[in-house]
Amino acid sequence: MAMKYHLRIWRQAGPDEPGRFEDYTVDNIEPDMSFLEMLDILNEQLTKEGKEPVAFDSDCREGICGMCGLVIDGMAHGPRRLTTTCELRMRHFPDGATITVEPFRADAFPVLKDLVVDRSAFDRIIAAGGYISVNTGSAPDANAIPIPKPIAEEAMDAAACIGCGACVAACPNASAALFTAAKISHLALLPQGHPERERRVQRMVAQMDLEGFGNCSNHGECEAACPKGISILNIARMRREFIRANTRGSAV
Amino acid sequence: MSVMTDTVLLNAKIPPGPLEDKWDNHKASVKLVSPANKRKYTIIVVGTGLAGASAAASLAELGYNVLNFCIQDSPRRAHSVAAQGGINAAKNYQNDGDSVFRLFYDTIKGGDYRAREANVYRLAQLSVQIIDQAVAQGVPFAREYGGYLANRSFGGAQVSRTFYARGQTGQQLLLGAYSALMRQVDAGRVKLLPRREMLDLVIIDGRARGIICRNLVTGELEAYAADAVCLATGGYSTVFFLSTNAVNSNATAIWRAYKKGAMFGNPCFTQIHPTCLPESYQGQSKLTLMSESLRNDGRVWVPKKKGDTRPPNEIPEDERDYFLERRYPAFGNLVPRDIASRAAKAVCDAGFGVGSTGRAVYLDFADAIKRLGVDVIRERYGNLFAMYHEITGEDPYKVPMRIYPAPHYTMGGLWVDYNLMTTIPGLYALGEANFSDHGANRLGASALMQGLADGYFIIPVTIGDFLAEHRPDGLKADHPAFKEVIRNVEDNVKRLLSINGKRTVREYWWELGRIMWDNVGMSRNAEGLKKAISDIRALREEYWQNVRVPGSAEDLNKSLELAGRVADFLELGELMARDALDREESCGGHFREEYQTPNGEALRRDDLFCHVSVWEYKGEGNDPVRHKEPLVFEVVKPSQRSYK
Repeated sequence: MAMKYHLRIWRQAGPDEPGRFEDYTVDNIEPDMSFLEMLDILNEQLTKEGKEPVAFDSDCREGICGMCGLVIDGMAHGPRRLTTTCELRMRHFPDGATITVEPFRADAFPVLKDLVVDRSAFDRIIAAGGYISVNTGSAPDANAIPIPKPIAEEAMDAAACIGCGACVAACPNASAALFTAAKISHLALLPQGHPERERRVQRMVAQMDLEGFGNCSNHGECEAACPKGISILNIARMRREFIRANTRGSAV
Repeated sequence: MSVMTDTVLLNAKIPPGPLEDKWDNHKASVKLVSPANKRKYTIIVVGTGLAGASAAASLAELGYNVLNFCIQDSPRRAHSVAAQGGINAAKNYQNDGDSVFRLFYDTIKGGDYRAREANVYRLAQLSVQIIDQAVAQGVPFAREYGGYLANRSFGGAQVSRTFYARGQTGQQLLLGAYSALMRQVDAGRVKLLPRREMLDLVIIDGRARGIICRNLVTGELEAYAADAVCLATGGYSTVFFLSTNAVNSNATAIWRAYKKGAMFGNPCFTQIHPTCLPESYQGQSKLTLMSESLRNDGRVWVPKKKGDTRPPNEIPEDERDYFLERRYPAFGNLVPRDIASRAAKAVCDAGFGVGSTGRAVYLDFADAIKRLGVDVIRERYGNLFAMYHEITGEDPYKVPMRIYPAPHYTMGGLWVDYNLMTTIPGLYALGEANFSDHGANRLGASALMQGLADGYFIIPVTIGDFLAEHRPDGLKADHPAFKEVIRNVEDNVKRLLSINGKRTVREYWWELGRIMWDNVGMSRNAEGLKKAISDIRALREEYWQNVRVPGSAEDLNKSLELAGRVADFLELGELMARDALDREESCGGHFREEYQTPNGEALRRDDLFCHVSVWEYKGEGNDPVRHKEPLVFEVVKPSQRSYK
């Protein structure tokens, strides 16, 4: 069963160029095809017509690298819960539908071209403290510190973040709170992360603000859009960590 | 160079002494760079996967200046992120008889006796430290209720030595290495250069001294100089077009290094992973891997009747052929990957395959759900089941999964000595990019181990031995040698854009993939390989006449990126076929139909092929030359692998 779609896609030649929507039609789309494979077909078509293909990012195409990310019909990663754009299948769109495709929009994520955005702000937030300072070779035996299973599981829940930026794109304030909180939680939950917990939360939050992300005002859109189901409880934990650090911790 | 003999050319530099002392002896004898001098050296690391990120972080911790490049927008996206199942380590936490020797032995045997003993032993030794390092970084491995680390047995191992973080072990280990890397970025010792693609290597006075990259945002060609260059750019399974690898995974960095004189080891050794989603529609861009850990509880079967179209749940027990359990009673569904893949292909070739194309077998969890309950199965494989459900629209808790083998990993890669140095002085290859420690077949949960061993623990020791002999000379990227290489790269880019033919890059890539899969895939024969070589040549010729690459060189142009990669695949594919033709034996993932035992198992020919095939580029239009590095087994005695 081959299906047909009308696409309204954001085209923008470069970071400082004006953007606009352009309309396209694709045909012969299989229900099992992923959204990005549908765009591959569009791009083949455009290339053959002598037009420039639509630029979009993707890599693993199995929902783990976090490189893809489109706003589809107004929703980051499209209408399916717990699904990245590359995992989204065309069977969820009715034959003949018109689908609007935009980049992840935020001041801190400038558009580089068409649907490709610059998310390097996330890397800078991690560089500000999203790590445990342990040089290679200086680790004790891995079983030296037992960690209760529920704690390890909770840390894993937070660590599952793929850094795609859907939380930012979904948030009306373009806040990066969920992303930042996920890393802070992951490391604050584990005993290995405790020696640096005050410095970590202070520096990461400061960097987050510096990058121009908005503030969190508890809309919860981030959690709804997150393809990995990262809970906003992590944001509550980040706030606790922040207050804790500012009341008893060392200065940045 | 041409007058040198193979042994001079290919000195593996295996340290002296008993196997278990070699690495310690080596560490005790390598030259050191003094702490005060390290900051005077610059090291380029290309790639930010497990090998690249761990190397860049560890080298920076030592005090070197590191320039770290990746093609993605962030180092955290490198394809190591997609590894699901786990990482092996000889911790013996389970008291089930594991040891460094046993991990070494299993890896050598699993690789069908086509890897170096000394390298593999070192890998098994270092496995233990990798787990320590990862846990200290905060990698949230699975734990038991007592708080200690959990293990599982994995892909062909009879001990439980695999550490895992749900089905996202690669992601968590990569985030660990990435966090170590970002700490060094923050400290100013690593300069991170994302969205850069290495397009050539710069050699001065016979030494690797830098690279030329394309800035993938601006299109600019950039030159970087260094005292040594490490390539950690991954494998080349995407030469098959459809594979489990990321769509941007490519061979360009190692291929351009090969063309600059770095020899290529065992290019035909590729791994076809048994548990992947089958190909099912036109326009499919990848074959998603379902972790091999599924084989711990899933049973693989096909109907006993050819072309049986009944739904799987309606096929009674006695009309099912559990072919792995039947053929390999001792290991059953847990036989190594190459064996499981070939067995699946054999039943499908014989007409027993299932699904719309007949190119799939069932992976059935009904028994495990009955035995353990659905909750246990959900806890173990929940995310994999959800992924399968989302992709296929079928619920694997109720209906057996349909799986088929897919290209997954390449054991071949740039030839390196014990120090991980290629045949170009100062050029190193790490992780999947080197021809590595896996011989002719890699065991499950060993890729993460090797990438991290190379990056965290080996290169920081061995690179110093080279640098101590080569004082920093303040080389800058404005040296004329860089300008010349940039010109060549620029010409190549311009040429691709100027063809303006009729067919897209993707069409050529797809067609090459067909040739490779049909002739250089799971089973190979002389006739097919010769056909592949001539077909690839013809396709390559057509490519340079008739490809259409839209857009310009001056901005972000994904078509242009792909065009360069496919041009390289069109050359690499031929070398793979040539190597497969040259190796007249079957071993591991390399199955030559002419060489099999009476019951269809791989037949090694140790008298003729107990060596690494090492290929030297001889210029455009000339045939490459094959050298040999003999493999000497002092501790284990090669035998025919038996998993019966």
